[in-house]
Amino acid sequence: MAVLVVAEHNNAALKDATHKLITAAKAMGADVDVLVAGANAGAAAQAAARIAGVRKVLHADSATLAQQMAEPLEALITPLMAAYDAVLFPATTTGKNAAPRVAAKLDVMQVSGVIAVESADTFVRPIYAGNALISVHDTQAKKVLTVQATAFKPAGEGGSAAIETIAAPSGPFKSSFVSEEMAKSDRPELTAAKRVVSGGRALGSREEFHRVLDPLADKLGAAVGASRAAVDAGYAPNDYQVGQTGKVVAPELYVAIGISGAIQHLAGMKDSKVIVAINKDEDAPIFQIADIGLVADYKIAVPELMEELTKAGL
Amino acid sequence: MKVLVPVKRVLDYNLKVRVKPDGSGVDLANLKMSINPFCEIAIEEAVRMREGGGGHAKDAAKEVIAVSIGPEQCQETIRNALAIGADRGILVKAEGEIEPLAVAKLLKAIIEAEKPDLVILGKQAIDDDNNATGQMLAALLDWPQATFASRIVLHGDKASVTREVDGGLQTIDVALPAIVTTDLRLNEPRYASLPNIMKAKKKPIDVKTPADLGVDVAPRLKVTKTAEPPKRQGGAKVKTAAELVGKLKEAGVF
Repeated sequence: MAVLVVAEHNNAALKDATHKLITAAKAMGADVDVLVAGANAGAAAQAAARIAGVRKVLHADSATLAQQMAEPLEALITPLMAAYDAVLFPATTTGKNAAPRVAAKLDVMQVSGVIAVESADTFVRPIYAGNALISVHDTQAKKVLTVQATAFKPAGEGGSAAIETIAAPSGPFKSSFVSEEMAKSDRPELTAAKRVVSGGRALGSREEFHRVLDPLADKLGAAVGASRAAVDAGYAPNDYQVGQTGKVVAPELYVAIGISGAIQHLAGMKDSKVIVAINKDEDAPIFQIADIGLVADYKIAVPELMEELTKAGL
Repeated sequence: MKVLVPVKRVLDYNLKVRVKPDGSGVDLANLKMSINPFCEIAIEEAVRMREGGGGHAKDAAKEVIAVSIGPEQCQETIRNALAIGADRGILVKAEGEIEPLAVAKLLKAIIEAEKPDLVILGKQAIDDDNNATGQMLAALLDWPQATFASRIVLHGDKASVTREVDGGLQTIDVALPAIVTTDLRLNEPRYASLPNIMKAKKKPIDVKTPADLGVDVAPRLKVTKTAEPPKRQGGAKVKTAAELVGKLKEAGVF
């Protein structure tokens, strides 16, 4: 069988998610080709050709593909699928935007957010924000998958695949790019941050939320998150929300301050590597999953923590 | 302008999902079901387009239609949308698992009859987490799509939509009619007031079936097993901030 992997790149450079998707594709026991769709993305195509195990790189280059928007990506990929049994998209905002559009054009139900490949037609994916894992048997003649790249090891270097230039779709399209504004904050983006500091309803007000969390986040180089209770109480904007109804994060360090640990919040952060909880209620459910718990009033604990972090050289 | 908003009935976000001991699925029996939170944001945005608010001119939308697909109880989900301010509802009665592809086909049939100018959906449902229906619907209709919206500005025959993408924000223009899917920052939905909940009871809900719409809703994928994820064990409690930082060092965080 033959699988097409849609490369994750920013035109200038290939991203590591591509290497990880190639591992997932290989686990399907398939010949693997990589599609690099972009504008002036020659370097990314060359990088893809150097990944071990790649049979061929398809390179489509055009201004219409500069932002990899859903309409042109679909117009490019759907016809290519005549030669492939499956297509793998990274489960990034670019991949999640385009994959279902391709699937519907092929009259295929996609398998979303794959975290394990059991065989060429059986995949594991999370539902309920990771509170359950399902094995999905996909017998459709064409398969469309989005893949959670972090669940796979990256394929190594050492390949020398041929690069085939293919025509890019010319349009016209009904959507057009206007502008973009990347990472304007000094803080990392919540879903990509290596460290996250989150606050709950115990903080009591919007002012207190920022007074307590912002300096700690700055010290740790962390993003700031919030529980839904804190968002509903108006302490933090909705896009700070971590949980099943908000953003799902898995940083190396997650610090929960004044968060009791409602089910829906835990669903959004339980895959963090190290979870720290500071809460004055020793029975708070957050302590059941926290690696390090401190039963204390945040008003005393956070300033102490700041001081200790300073002593530790942060 | 006419706005159509599909809404999904899901397990209430406050409840813990339980995997059945035999691995045959999740146990939803007798549990509270609610409107999917991302769908609630979609309804709120559409209602603001009619009422004026959230940057929209009053009467930018003339009519807001809420559509739900599923069992009879989805009437409650539609009533919820009507209480927020939608004008009327359509229920497509269907039992069992209806996959996003089938949902998109049902919605396409309704859209061809209703001819809305804009369809706003939640970016994903918090049960199956597929994040697919809006994009699939756009493909089937050959409409443009703007997913993960944090801002919608209507002007004339197009909409400028700011999208939450990895690493920042992207703004695109889509020609109407178009599909928009909502992200968290778009708005904060209101709590429906008691008078509006009462008023919602009198608003009409039209009931259809997949057969009426000529759509085969048989699932394409087979779920062979449902399992609990590996359990996470809580660690030790510490007494002081100094001890806490010590543990972080031990864990290799610094």
